[in-house]
Amino acid sequence: MTSEHIVSSFDSDLAELNHMVARLGGLAEQQFAAAVEALETRNTDNIDAIVEADEALDKLEYELNERAIEVIARRSPMAKDLRRIIVALRVAGNLERIGDYAKNIAKRSRVIIEHEKILGDNISIARIAGLTQQMINQVLDAYATGDADLAMDVWERDMDVDLLHTSIFREVLEQIGEDSERVSAGSQLLFVAKNIERIGDYATGIAEQIYFVKNGEFPTHSRPKADDSSSSAIDQS
Amino acid sequence: MRKDGKMSSQEDNIKIRTSGVTIHYGAAQALHGIDLDIRANEVTALIGPSGCGKSTFLRCINRMNDVIEDCHFGGKIEIDGEDIYSGDIDVVELRARVGMVFQKPNPFPKSIYDNVAYGPRIHGLAGSKDELDHMVETSLRRAGLWQEVHDRLHTSGSGLSGGQQQRLCIARTIAVDPNVVLMDEPCSALDPIATAIIEELIEELRTQYTIVIVTHSMQQAARVSQRTAYFHLGHLVEHGDTDRIFTNPTNKQTEAYISGKIG
Repeated sequence: MTSEHIVSSFDSDLAELNHMVARLGGLAEQQFAAAVEALETRNTDNIDAIVEADEALDKLEYELNERAIEVIARRSPMAKDLRRIIVALRVAGNLERIGDYAKNIAKRSRVIIEHEKILGDNISIARIAGLTQQMINQVLDAYATGDADLAMDVWERDMDVDLLHTSIFREVLEQIGEDSERVSAGSQLLFVAKNIERIGDYATGIAEQIYFVKNGEFPTHSRPKADDSSSSAIDQS
Repeated sequence: MRKDGKMSSQEDNIKIRTSGVTIHYGAAQALHGIDLDIRANEVTALIGPSGCGKSTFLRCINRMNDVIEDCHFGGKIEIDGEDIYSGDIDVVELRARVGMVFQKPNPFPKSIYDNVAYGPRIHGLAGSKDELDHMVETSLRRAGLWQEVHDRLHTSGSGLSGGQQQRLCIARTIAVDPNVVLMDEPCSALDPIATAIIEELIEELRTQYTIVIVTHSMQQAARVSQRTAYFHLGHLVEHGDTDRIFTNPTNKQTEAYISGKIG
């Protein structure tokens, strides 16, 4: 961020908010990576720690909200400054939700791992998780540097996540259809995939906010979408 | 709306149209060709750093600069299509039509009643004492001061508080039935409560008058106006809807000024 305000402490306030968002982003990334790793490696050792660590995100989001309100009250920000602060609040909200989904993935992973034997082992969430992690990583970089083009790149890539989600969804449905004993683990896996797809949506939401800070308006062209899971059903034939 | 402040012919309801307005103080040029359309029944805020020309521009609208020695006006200002700098304009009559409220409340050293009655008397607007009484009461009511002063109309205007004095000056201005009211930092000498009362009053007054206000308070401009014009070094940099100017200005200089990046 450039240091331009006549009152330089205003620059420090904005920098502090950015720093808090960066910390929150780092925590959210870490939680998501840990949850995915637990599931992919079939290791339940860290699950309790992941669930507990979510509190740190909640606390940091709360602190950021408080700080942002103080800055608004004290500085009466206008134009881009105002957008930066409002967007810091919204992005923090998105990151906190990403943390919640990561925690939820960790909890569901325990059930999936316990039922591993009855769930077909050919379904991997590594790819969709990897794509989504990349999106978060890139969107946080875009936030830190104010790079709206990079943000839009993330925004457009959400379609890949949607496509993968739809394919996982169908695959799991198929397995559940073949063997009713797979229902417990399979249902949990459907939720895990959906959580990851939602995390992708939150990354996309952050990308839109970055665009808004720079341009004062949201992207007007429509975002490519490819999540058809809502129309998928078990083939009963 | 074009960026230069002119409106297209479809955007009617234009009360004041200024074209290529320049002001020179001797050799020094204070305004560089200001093209600005001001809509009727709206509040237009003029903002910009000290010395940017906003007050000079405001004073062009009722020819207050005429009295400054070595001050030369160029360009054109029309109010309701009439060129106010044409030779046959009666400047005294113009200033009744285009009233002005100043930075510091400046009531005459007279009673509250006489302060408000002064304009109607010199312009011969009242046919009788009853009619004058009515004008005084109506003006004080419109200025939101009647309730506070109706039982002491014949005491001195200078005995009122600063905020009340400013509302008395507004009553005095509107007593001669203007259709434009110019305000030059009308709240800069007032506390926040008196300021809020004046701002509330401005919102009410705009239903009947076209208001142009110069203010150094960005928050005030954002609160009271529908349109904002940003001046810098004698140029009109940007003009547009207040909502947009304070959230997403087009010009980088405007953005820097309203964000506290240039003084």
